[in-house]
Amino acid sequence: MPSLPNDRVKMPEQDPNVRNKNFSEVALGYNPEAAIAEAKRCLNCKNAKCVSGCPVNVPIPEFIHKIAGGDFKEAYETLFTQNALPAICGRVCPQENQCEGQCIKGIKGEAVAIGRLERFAADFTMNDPALNRSIPQKPPAKPTGPKVAIVGSGPAGLTCAGELARKGYDVTIFEALHEPGGVLMYGIPEFRLPKALVKKEIAKLNNLGVAIIPNVIIGKSITIDELLADGFKAVFIGSGAGLPKFMGIPGENLNGVYSANEFLTRSNLMKAYDQESPTPIFVGKNVAVIGGGNVAMDAARTAKRLGAEKSYIIYRRGEAELPARKEESHHAKEEGIIFKFLSYPTAIIGENGWVSGLECIDMALGPPDHSGRRSPIAKEGSEHLLAMDTVIVAIGQSPNPLIRQSTPGIATQKWGGIIVHEDTMATDKTGVYAGGDAVSGAATVISAMGAGKKAAAAIEQYLS
Amino acid sequence: MYKIMTKRRLNSVVVLIEVEAPFVARKCEAGQFVVVRADQNGERIPLTIADYNRTENKITLVYQELGYSTKRLSTKNVGDSLQDVAGPLGLPAELENCHKVLGIGGGVGAAPLYPQLKKLAEKGTEVDVILGGRTAELVILENEFRTFSHDLTVVTDDGSYGMKGTVVDALLRLTQTKPYDQVIAIGPLPMMRAVVLQTQKLNIPTMVSLNPIMIDGTGMCGGCRVTVGGKTKFACVDGPDFDGFKVDFDECLRRQAMYKKDERQYEDHHRCLIGLEEK
Repeated sequence: MPSLPNDRVKMPEQDPNVRNKNFSEVALGYNPEAAIAEAKRCLNCKNAKCVSGCPVNVPIPEFIHKIAGGDFKEAYETLFTQNALPAICGRVCPQENQCEGQCIKGIKGEAVAIGRLERFAADFTMNDPALNRSIPQKPPAKPTGPKVAIVGSGPAGLTCAGELARKGYDVTIFEALHEPGGVLMYGIPEFRLPKALVKKEIAKLNNLGVAIIPNVIIGKSITIDELLADGFKAVFIGSGAGLPKFMGIPGENLNGVYSANEFLTRSNLMKAYDQESPTPIFVGKNVAVIGGGNVAMDAARTAKRLGAEKSYIIYRRGEAELPARKEESHHAKEEGIIFKFLSYPTAIIGENGWVSGLECIDMALGPPDHSGRRSPIAKEGSEHLLAMDTVIVAIGQSPNPLIRQSTPGIATQKWGGIIVHEDTMATDKTGVYAGGDAVSGAATVISAMGAGKKAAAAIEQYLS
Repeated sequence: MYKIMTKRRLNSVVVLIEVEAPFVARKCEAGQFVVVRADQNGERIPLTIADYNRTENKITLVYQELGYSTKRLSTKNVGDSLQDVAGPLGLPAELENCHKVLGIGGGVGAAPLYPQLKKLAEKGTEVDVILGGRTAELVILENEFRTFSHDLTVVTDDGSYGMKGTVVDALLRLTQTKPYDQVIAIGPLPMMRAVVLQTQKLNIPTMVSLNPIMIDGTGMCGGCRVTVGGKTKFACVDGPDFDGFKVDFDECLRRQAMYKKDERQYEDHHRCLIGLEEK
């Protein structure tokens, strides 16, 4: 047996200096030859560690084995048994901390590119009309099972809905915005996750008989108690972490200051990047994005694409502490995003009501704090001013209070997260479950999907 | 869904529509608003609910044709459907029954004022009304307010109808003889600011309704930040009604103008298309 290469097969990407001026997808995906070559690197371990790293238990060696054999459609079907949104997960999961982080190949060389292979299998099948036909196209017979309501159509809600619909439950998703998809539509930019693809994944749920009603704000348009009184036997809350945090520094209400949520929603959901969209967005020459997570990277890269000459990431810790995925910060750097580490904004300076600068202070790293990361300490006297036209605050989001305010009987954390029983995702209110960012605070797509899946299993048990 | 049941032009720039919106009509209260999109790829427009009919599942919206998106809204006629109507959003106005209230509506601001005063009148509060406009045709809903108002003063800048002057002139005249417990002022920001300046001197608590730029209307974007009593509030979830004495109107005015240039450019560019695509 020839020795397997230690390095993974490269995935082609748009040139950084081209892609930082367009919104097309950055990573272009494997072709069949590349996918087969990469799949052949998998050792097909008996005790597959990768699976234990996956929040939704995708049978990883099995689907990879099928790709290696050229059976791409079977690979997709294997994936789909455990993961309703493989084309999305293949793109946005932090695989390096999950499946790929556990891969034996990663000890001596590079882990098998599980995410890229997942994406390949999903794209190949979804893009091929002949293969796509095997996915049910017509709405199935009206579901006969009990009615279940899902609050929010982000990754947690979509997953929970898909799981229950497949078992015959009569599932209705209520979405507050005009378009389903939650953070997949309003938050993650087109260049990381094409919206046409999200729509395709959602269409698959429609085909499973899931009804999605947009423009309904649970807690305002109708309450959870009213849903339960209306004949819904169980409710899953997947309303996400939609409330943007601000820093509370002077100047945050100046014109030209955005929450990352607003900036990204304008660009993604409202398509402000498209000249034909009536929704405006302001960028200017110099843009500072405050924060170091994936959302911050998305905002800085979006600003660059919208024409910013200089787009900065201002982060109070060092590069090693960046909470963003390595792949994202790497892509950002390639695209010319300027990173200012160990820098903490103290005030936004204005001129005639508009942002003109960001005052920052240098930081040094002290001993590790309770999160295990070294906590930053301000260096006195190091204040300095950076000229800016736009400031985007990307320091996190907390759960929207509408549901907890309108639903008696649900316990929440001080910071707003809904409290659930870990094994079942059940809240303190009978028949009401919750998962995703609404419970955990801002986290990942896949952990939300894992929670949605867990809740679906518990709802099934509760209703049988 | 969201079918336009009736449409009535109130003047050359203001239109009233009744729209079928069961999820909104069932629950909404005076003071709340909806977010509307006229069609696919349309902007999300926040509009305060002007009236509602729970049995017929419909709400009344009154809007001024200001820019591209509101003009776009006017291309829709009775029988057409709006793409989206989401709500009810925001907090209901706190309308405590009190002895005597003065409502001040400037221009299209009379529309969101109407359900608040109507509700107060139903609760037994004596309601006086000032309706203002630059000129006669811009004074709207006078007959509707007359059904419950105790004393209604019309005031126009050019004197073409009613008293000549501003709503503040009318306010000063009325307060000479009448003891009001509260003022509710809804209209353009400069008008609300001018009213508050006087009512502060007169020590009459004053509520105002803000309509800042926003996207989702559910607390997600934070674009509608306003400073109230030195604290940042989101008009969409903490308002839209606020204690006028505490609102930083200068900041509101500045933020309201954030996209003025872009909007004008977009409109100039797309004016030719309004109404053509449908045909």
